[in-house]
Parts: sequence; structure tokens; C-alpha cells
Amino acid sequence: MIIEWSDDVLCYKKGMVIKMKKVFVDVTAFFTKEGKLMPVSFIWEDGVIYEIEKVYGWVKAASLKVGGQGIRYKCRVKGKEVYLFLEEGRWFMEGKQGKSGSGS
Amino acid sequence: MERVILHCDLNSFYASVECLYRPEIRHLPVAVCGRADLRHGIVLAKNPVAKQFGIKTGEVTWQAKLKCPRLIVINPNYPLYLRFAKEAREIYACYTDQIESFGIDECWLDISGSASLFGSGEKIAHEIKERVKKELGITVSIGASYNKIFSKLGSDLKKPDAVTVITRENYQQVVWPLPVEDLLYVGRATQRKLKNHSISTIGKLAATPPDGLRKILGKWGETLWVFANGLDKTPVMKMDYQSGIKGIGNSITTPRDLKNAEDVKITFYVLAESVAKRLREHHLKGKTVQIQVRDQDLFFFERQAQLSAASYVSGMIAKKAMDIFAANWHWTKSIRSLGIRVTDLLAADSCLQLSLFAGDNQQHKLEALEKSLDEIRRRYGHYAVQRALLLKERALNANPAEENVIHPVSFFR
Repeated sequence: MIIEWSDDVLCYKKGMVIKMKKVFVDVTAFFTKEGKLMPVSFIWEDGVIYEIEKVYGWVKAASLKVGGQGIRYKCRVKGKEVYLFLEEGRWFMEGKQGKSGSGS
Repeated sequence: MERVILHCDLNSFYASVECLYRPEIRHLPVAVCGRADLRHGIVLAKNPVAKQFGIKTGEVTWQAKLKCPRLIVINPNYPLYLRFAKEAREIYACYTDQIESFGIDECWLDISGSASLFGSGEKIAHEIKERVKKELGITVSIGASYNKIFSKLGSDLKKPDAVTVITRENYQQVVWPLPVEDLLYVGRATQRKLKNHSISTIGKLAATPPDGLRKILGKWGETLWVFANGLDKTPVMKMDYQSGIKGIGNSITTPRDLKNAEDVKITFYVLAESVAKRLREHHLKGKTVQIQVRDQDLFFFERQAQLSAASYVSGMIAKKAMDIFAANWHWTKSIRSLGIRVTDLLAADSCLQLSLFAGDNQQHKLEALEKSLDEIRRRYGHYAVQRALLLKERALNANPAEENVIHPVSFFR
């Protein structure tokens, strides 16, 4: 029986198949007056600090790409839209396998 | 008003959660199995790929591996599954407060009152299905109907990630042709008795006069006839509903076979401590102690006896269990699992007939001692204070009150 990798696991870009991995990150965040938790910046696995320019919103969501579930913040970092997940008190992002650039 | 009841069944629940967290094995055959070293080695859940190999829930892990040598076996992570079950219930709670759990992965929802807010049962079912997929990353199959029995049947009909609607108009076409064993509470024994009378489908069961069924199955016959005809009126309990507790028990399959009275004594003390702790948590005392014994060939028996007075003291429960055991077991075989249940419950502070002669003062002292132990364990953990007996054989020690967190439930509460 031949079973293909599902699209959930892989990202297709310019005809290339890219595997994804779960990257836990250190996050600086603050609580708003209303008691909401807002991320400000994060440290990627290569040690570079990235500022979060804007938080568009947050929903409860699963990450099928890297495996996880929690509150998903949709953020703008360096002009790109990325997802930052808060799962049981830990933050993670969807990274590309074998690469150490920022975001998904 | 016509009731609208959904039955939500999280598909291959444990395996789905594990596959969500491990994208690299999603396309491979995966089974979540109890730990073989603790002799809990059966398949608890499998993913659809493993299902294609004919692997069944409940079969022994090594048998499953014979069917599929490359099967990926994962030990269960119950705290994670409990978290997902809670998250699923939070989604359900957006639509109703009448949510009745049936095991960790199944719930009934009575959404009769929500239709004006959220739309028809089918619409709400689709909405829940999509939300579970998006927010939890796992799938759910939902049956929508006007009673609990048909909604449960519906959730089994199309899997995974599907909605099945059974109405008063279509139930004869959808439900009646199904084999009789698809109905809730038709197990192997009932199925055999019904087949002996040529009752092989739910339709045939529905068409048989209830008197005839009573002759075959006793009062169960009438209950099943009500189920088959869609006449069940059992309500969906409220979320925080606690049914009246009739008994509190724990059982354990020990890591190795029990070979002598000392082994049994250790295990009974482990179980009695757990049962007594749970009795105290519910402010209950019990008068009757029951023991369950299963030997290495899976032969099973239960015996019971009464305490001199209702109690929640672990030492008294364990001692009574040992007395019952000694009177009924003759060591022709080793023992695989033991259980203790305490029944005939009454409120812990209710008035009791005291004995003139027995040491009632002693009983008060023991109760105070056990409450102090509860407090120590609450602050410093279960293993902070132990009976010396349990240190003799550490392999048999356990904490069922906290470690056995998923309890079986019955439809009839």
C-alpha cells in the first residue's frame, strides 16, 4: 500500500516540497488593561530577535503543519504574515525543516 | 416541542491526537496501546491506516503487530487526551448547557432550545464539526436526531468527519435495515438470543411485539423495543449533573501476577486507600465491601460482606476485603487483577447507631488519622507518606485515585 504524504504536513513552494518543523521560541509579551496577552517580539532559534509589527487577531486553532494546538496569533513580522501559537504556556511557530530563517 | 439531540463522537480519539502532534507518522499505521510492561497491552485506538490492516480496538498489541509488523505503537498520554476532551466540550458548550459525556470521547448535546439562535440541528452539527476540525485539528462524526439512541446510531453510520441526520420521516429507511447489534446495549449475548428468534435487524426488533421480547430477554426486551422504535425519552443530563453515587470502587491489573496472600494484601491496601480517599472526598461512608478477583485465565468472580459500621477508613476496608478473599480463594491459580468497591453509602455526617462495647473511640481516631494523611498528601504528593507494608514490594504500589482518571459510564444513570 502506497500512502502519500498529506498536504497538511508539507508545504509546496515553487514546485519544491518543504517539510515543516515545530520551533519553540522565547516571546516578550505584555498584558493589556483588559487582561489580554499581546506578544511584542520573539527570539528565533538562530538567536535573532524579531519585532512583531502588528497582531491582526487571535483564534483557537490547531497547527496541522507541525503538530500542536492552542491560541493562534496572526502577526506581521518584517512585512510578512506569520502565525505564533501559545500552547499550554509555551510559544511555538511553524518553521521550515533544515532552514533557520524566520517565520513560516 | 420536538427534541433535537446531537451525539458527537471524536474519531479514533487517542490516535488522532497523537497523529496531530506527530505529522511524520500520520501516513503510517499507528495504534495507541496500553503499556505492555504494566500488562495493559491492548489496542486502545488506531488511525485509519492501521484500520486498513484489520487492526481492531481491544485486541492484544502483539496480535496487532502480527497483522501489521510495521505498526507504530504509542503509549497513551491521558493528560493530553483529557485536555482535548475538555476543549471539545467547550465548543459544545457554546450551543447548549445540556452536555452529557459518554466516556472521554463521546457526548450527547440537547440543542432543542438553541435552534432559534443558531439554526437547525443539522446546521449546528456542521458548525460544530468544522470548529472541532479547525480549533482542535481532529475530526468528529455527529448524529442528529430526536432521541439519544438514534443520534448515537447516526454518529456511527458515517465516519470520519461527517454528519448523519435521522428524522421521524427517514428512520425506518435509515435505521431499520441495520443489523441488530448496531443498537446500543445489544451485545454478543443479546444478539445471539435475538438471532435464535430470527431477529437480525433493528427493523425486525421493532416489529416484534414487546411481550414476545420480554419472554426472550426479560425486561431488557421492552427497553430495546423502545430503542428500536425511536420512542426513547431519556433526557440529556446537564453539564454539571452528578448522578447519585451508588458505589465507589477501583480495580487494578497488577504489573505481575499475584502469587500469595502477601501480594494480595499489598494490592488490597493500595486499592482501599484509593477508595477510602474518594469516599472522603464525596463525604460518604459505606457499609458493604465487595471484592473482584480475576485469575490468570481471566476467570472472574465477585464476593461481598458488610462492615460492622459504615466507614471511610482504608484499614477497615482493606481488612474486610482480605477476610472475604481468605474465605473464598484457595490459590489454585495466580491472580491477574483485583478490585474493591464500597456500596450502601450514606452521608459521612449522618447519625449512626453506636455500639456499646466496640471501640467507637478507636474509629474516630482512625478517621482523624486518615484525614491528616489526606492533608499531607494534598500538600506534598501521594507518595509523601506510605504504609510500611507498601514499601515491601514497590512494583505493586500505585495511586489509582489519581492515576485511573477515565472511568466507565452507563447510559442508565
